[in-house]
Amino acid sequence: MFRATATQSLSVSFAVGLYGIAFGAAGITAGFSILQTCLLSLLTFSGASQFAVVGVMGAGGTALSGIATASLLGIRNTLYGLRMAPLLQVRGWKKVVAAQITIDESTGVAIGQEDLGPAAMKQGFWLTGIGVYVLWNFFTLLGALGAQAMGNPSSWGLDAAVPAAFLGLVWPRLLGRFERTLAITALVLAILLTPYMPAGLPIIFTALLAVIFGWNSRA
Amino acid sequence: MNQLWIGVIGASIALFALRYSGYLVPEKYLTNPRMLRINTLIPIALLSALVGVQTLTEKGKWVIDQRVAGVLVALIALRLKAPYFVVVISAALTSALIYRFK
Repeated sequence: MFRATATQSLSVSFAVGLYGIAFGAAGITAGFSILQTCLLSLLTFSGASQFAVVGVMGAGGTALSGIATASLLGIRNTLYGLRMAPLLQVRGWKKVVAAQITIDESTGVAIGQEDLGPAAMKQGFWLTGIGVYVLWNFFTLLGALGAQAMGNPSSWGLDAAVPAAFLGLVWPRLLGRFERTLAITALVLAILLTPYMPAGLPIIFTALLAVIFGWNSRA
Repeated sequence: MNQLWIGVIGASIALFALRYSGYLVPEKYLTNPRMLRINTLIPIALLSALVGVQTLTEKGKWVIDQRVAGVLVALIALRLKAPYFVVVISAALTSALIYRFK
C-alpha cells in the first residue's frame, strides 16, 4: 500500500464525489425521477456525460441528442482505456469493472504515480475509481433527495477544487520541458476551441497534439 | 418507454461501450515504441485540456471568475511542493471566499 497514493485517491474522490450533490439536484430540476437520476450515476458514471444528458433533455432536447452529447464527452474514456489496459492486465469480470471505473480521475491518479512504479499506478487506479464511484453515487442520492439544500457548488469552492485536483494529478508528469510544452499547448488549444465546438470535442481534439508530439520525439 | 428512460439507458450503454472498447484493442498494437509514447502522452494532453476548460470556460464561453484565483493558488501550492490535499483545499477555499464576498 502506497500511502501518498492513497491520500491522493481519497482527496480526489471527495472533491469530485461531492459534486455528485450538484448532479443529483440537476437531475431532479431537469425533470428526471430520483431513480433515473441515481441510475445515471450508477450506470453512465461519467460526470460530464451525465450533466449533458440532464442538461440537453431538461432543455427539451430529444433522447438521441442527449445520448450523442454524452457519447462525445465520453470518447476520452476509450483513450484512457488504451493507456490503462496494458498496465492493469485485467480479464473477465475484472475487465468489466475496470472499464466501468475508467474515468478522468482514476487515469489521472494512475499516471501521477509513474515515479513510484506500476504497483502504485494500479493501486491509484483502483482506489480512485472505486472511491469516486462510491462517493459520487452516495452524493448523487443525497443531492436528488435534498435537491437545492446545498446551494451552488461554487459557494463551496468545488468549481475550483476539481480543476485544481486534475492539475495536481498531471503535475508530476510535467517536469520535462517536452511534457510541459504539450500540456500548455493542449490547455490553451482546448480553451480557444471551446466557443466554436460542441462540448467535449475541444478536449478530445488535443489527443491529436499527443499524436503529433509523440510521433517522432524521444519523450 | 418515455424519452427520459431512453436517455438514461442509452447514455449508459453508450458510455460502457466506449469504455470497454479501449480495453479490447490487442496489446500488440500498443507496444511499439511510437504507440507507447503517444499512449503515454494522450492522458497528459486530455487532462491538461480539462484543467483549462474547467477553469476558464463555462457553458461554451470564455469566463474569468473565482475559479482562476483558486487554480492559481493551487499552482503556487504545487510549486511549493505542498501535499496533494492541501493543493485541492487551498483552491476550494480561495474560490469559495471570492465567490461569497465578491
